[in-house]
Amino acid sequence: MSASSSVAAGRGAPRQASGALWQALPFLGIFAAALILPMVSNDYWTLIATRAAIYWVLVSALNLVVGFAGQLAIGWVAMLTLGAYTTSVLVAGNVMPPVPVFPALGVAALVGGVFGFIVGLPALRLRTFYFAMTTLGFATIVTQVALAWQGVTGGGIGIVGPVLPAPFDTIFGFYLFCLGLAAFCTWISANAAHSRFGRSLVAIRDAEVAAESSGISKPRLLGAVFLFAGAMAGIAGGLFATLQSYISPEAFTFDLSVLFFIAILIGGRGSILGPFIATIVLTWLPEFAAPLVAWSTFLYAALLLAIVLLVPGGIAALLDFRSRRRIEADRTIVPRPELLPEILGGRKASEAITLKDIVLSFGGVRAVDGLDLTIEPGAVHGLIGPNGSGKTTTLNVICGFYRPETGSVTVDGEPLPAAAPQTRAASGIARTFQTPKLIGEASVLQNVMVGGAIRGRGSFVESLLALPRHRQDEAMLRHDALLALRCVGLGALADVRADRLQHSELRFLEIARALMLRPRFLLLDEPAAGLSAEEIRSLGGLIRAISRQGTGVLLVEHHADLIFEICDQVTVLNLGRELAAGTPAEIRAHPEVVSAYLGS
Amino acid sequence: MLPAIILSGLAVGAVYAMIGVTYNVMFSASRVMSFTAGQLGMLGGVLGAAFIGVLGLPALLGFLLTLAACALVGVLTEIIAVRPVLKSLDQHLYVLSTLALALMIQQFVAIEWSTEPQPFPNLFGFQGGGAGDEKFWLPILACAATVLGLEFLYRRTLIGRAFLAIAEDNFAARALGLPERNLRMASYALAGVIGGLAGFASGQLFLAFFANGAMLNFYGFVPVALGGLGNNRGAIIGGLALGVFQQSANFTFGGVFASVAVFSVFIVVLLMAPQGLFGAPAQRRV
Repeated sequence: MSASSSVAAGRGAPRQASGALWQALPFLGIFAAALILPMVSNDYWTLIATRAAIYWVLVSALNLVVGFAGQLAIGWVAMLTLGAYTTSVLVAGNVMPPVPVFPALGVAALVGGVFGFIVGLPALRLRTFYFAMTTLGFATIVTQVALAWQGVTGGGIGIVGPVLPAPFDTIFGFYLFCLGLAAFCTWISANAAHSRFGRSLVAIRDAEVAAESSGISKPRLLGAVFLFAGAMAGIAGGLFATLQSYISPEAFTFDLSVLFFIAILIGGRGSILGPFIATIVLTWLPEFAAPLVAWSTFLYAALLLAIVLLVPGGIAALLDFRSRRRIEADRTIVPRPELLPEILGGRKASEAITLKDIVLSFGGVRAVDGLDLTIEPGAVHGLIGPNGSGKTTTLNVICGFYRPETGSVTVDGEPLPAAAPQTRAASGIARTFQTPKLIGEASVLQNVMVGGAIRGRGSFVESLLALPRHRQDEAMLRHDALLALRCVGLGALADVRADRLQHSELRFLEIARALMLRPRFLLLDEPAAGLSAEEIRSLGGLIRAISRQGTGVLLVEHHADLIFEICDQVTVLNLGRELAAGTPAEIRAHPEVVSAYLGS
Repeated sequence: MLPAIILSGLAVGAVYAMIGVTYNVMFSASRVMSFTAGQLGMLGGVLGAAFIGVLGLPALLGFLLTLAACALVGVLTEIIAVRPVLKSLDQHLYVLSTLALALMIQQFVAIEWSTEPQPFPNLFGFQGGGAGDEKFWLPILACAATVLGLEFLYRRTLIGRAFLAIAEDNFAARALGLPERNLRMASYALAGVIGGLAGFASGQLFLAFFANGAMLNFYGFVPVALGGLGNNRGAIIGGLALGVFQQSANFTFGGVFASVAVFSVFIVVLLMAPQGLFGAPAQRRV
C-alpha cells in the first residue's frame, strides 16, 4: 500500500505541482503589484492597501467558516474589536504593566480564538438564521461593553493603538509587515482548504449526512476553524488598532462586519481567489469616488443582493473556466473490479453485523417491528419488500441515524452506539444514499477523497503549515481516490465538477466514496434506481466483486432481477417484520412473498 | 419603582412581541425568516416622524400613510428578496437576500433621514414620563389591537383561514386551488402593517432612529426563537416577558448587564431547546 502510493504520488506529482503553480499565479501577481504600489503612488494609497491586507488576514480565515463550512457568521467584527482592544490595552499598560507589541498580539490571537470558539459553539445546534442572529447579538454586546467598561477601554473616548517596533514603525514598514502576514495567511488558508479538513468543511455544508457517515466529526472540525478564524481576527484587530492609531467603539461598526461577510459571498463560496479579489475591491471601492463613502455599505448590500439572485457562485464562478470545458456527452460506465484488491485487499477478516429484536416506531407506525438480521462478511445480503416495509429505516438504524426503541446492533460482538452516525466509519461501515448526497461544487475526485477523511493522520495545524504528514495524507487520499474511481468506472471524470455528472454516474460515485473507507461492510440504499439495464449489470458485477473481497454488503433494492442474480441471502420485509428469509431460490418459491410482493 | 419598571417593561416588550409576530407572519406564508422584520419597525418610527413631525400632516393621515408605506415595503420584500430564492429554500439563500435588503433599507434611512435619533411627535398630549405617559401605553394598546385583530382575521375571515391553510401545508393548499402567490404577498403586506404599527406606536419610546432596525431585529427575534417559529402566542408571551426581564435588569444592574443577560439567556435556552420552548422538533431526513 505505502509502496504503491508513493510510486503513484511520484507519477502524479509533476502535473499536480504545475496545477498548484497555475492556481498560485493570480495571487503572486496581486502581491507583486502590491509590492510595487508604494513606489508608484503616495502614502494615502499605501494606507488603503495596508487596510486591505489587514482585512484579508481576518477574511482569509473567516472564509473557512463562511465560505467553506457555510456558517453565516455575520458578526465577526466582534473578534476584530476584541483583538484591537486587547492589544491596545496591553501595550498601553492602563491595567497592568505594559506588554511589548508582539506578545500582546499573541494574547489578542488567544482572546479572539477563545471567543471565536465560544460564539461558534451554537452553530453545532442552531441553523443558518439562528446562528447569524447569535453572532450579530454578540457583536452588539462587545461594542456595548467596550463603551461601558471605561476604566479599561476608555469608553466612548477610546484608547491609543499600539505602535510596532522598528523597522515596522513607518508607513512603508508597517505596510510590508501586513503584506507579509497577508501572504502567509493566504498560504495557510489555501493549505487548509486543500486538505481533508477543507473538504470535510464543504461536505458538512453541502452533504451533512454523507459527512457524518464518512466519520467526519462536525463539533471537532467546526471548533477548530472557529478557533482559527477567531485567532486570526484577533491579530487583525491588533494591526487594525495600529493602523487607526486611536480606537473607540465607533471604529467597529456593523458596516465592517458586513464588508467581511459580503467579501466572502461576493467572492464565491469555497474559493480563496474570489474572496481575495473581493476584499481588495470592497476596501478600495469607497476611495474610488468621494460620494461613495457614505453609500459604501448600501453598495455592498446591493452587490450582495445582486450576487445572491444572479450569480450565486460569486466571482469564483465567473473565473471558473475549467468547468465550462465540454465533457464527453456519450459516456458509459465501465467498472474495473479487477482493481478492487488494491483497495480492499489485506484487511483482517471480521465477524458479522447482527441486529437483534430491533423495534422503532414513528408516531403510531411501527416502521421496524422486532427485526433480527445478520449481515455476513464476504456475502451480499438482499433486503427487499414493498414501500414502507422498513428497509431504509433498518439501514438507518445500522448506520446510527435512528435510535431503536429496543434491540441491539453489534459487530464483532461489540454493540454499536445508537444515534451516533459519525462513529460508523471507524467501525468500517460505509453506505450510499437513496438520493445521492454529494458536493455539487467540488470535483468528482474531491468528493471521493471526502470518504477517506478519517484515514488521514495529520492534525489541522499540520495541514495549515503543509507539514510532511499533511502531504503524506494528501498523496495517499489522492492515490486511493483515483484508484476507487477507476474501480467503479469513473476514472476519466476525476476532475469534473460533480454536479455535471449524470444521475447514474452519481450512484457509482457514491460507491467510490464508500470504498475510500476500505469498508468491512457496505450498505447500499437502492443503488440501481434510475440506472439503465446495462448499468445495472455493471453495478451487479461490481457489488459481487466487492463482496468477494471479504466485504459484507447489504443491498436494499426494488429490482428483483438484480437481487436474485447477485445475492447470497435475501430477507423480505413487510410492515417492519421479516416475511421470509433464505437463498434467492427459496425466496422465489415462497408463496407469501410471491403473492405479497413479487406477483406471479 | 416596581410598577414603573413593569410598565416600561411591558411597553418595550409589546414592541418586541409585535416584531416577533411580524417575523411569524412572514415565516408562516413562506418558511422564510426575514431580516426586514426589524427594519419595518424602524420605518414605522421614522416615517411617522417624517409625515407628522416634519411634513406636519394630521396624525391620523400620517399614521395611515406610514402603515401603507410599510405594507408596500413588505410586498417589495416578497418580490425582491423572497420570491426569487423560494425555489431553493434548502440553500438558505433567503438569509442573505433579506439581509442585503434590510441593510439597504437601513443605510438609505441613515443617509436620507439622519444618523442621529430624531424626536417623534406627541400624539395625544399625555407626556411627562410618568405612568400616564402615552409612550408606554401606545405600544401596549397597539400590541393588544394586533392580538385581537389577528384572532379575528384567523378565526372569522376567509382570507385568514387561507393564511392558516398555507402555513399548515403549502402543497395541500395549492392543490386545493388557493392562490398561494397572492396570499404570500398579502401576508407580507400584513407583516409590513404590523411591523409599521409597532414602530409607529413606539416612536416616542425609541425615537425615530435608523439603528432601531438592527436592535428590533435581534430583540424581536428572541421571542420568536424561544417561542418556536410561527407560534404567535409564544412570540407575544415571550416578547412581553423579555421586555420586563430586560427593563428589570436595566434598572437593577445597568444597560450593559441587561444586554449581556438577555443574550446569555437567549443562547442558553436555544442550546437546550433549539426548536423553541413551544415548538415541535423537526424530523431529519436521510
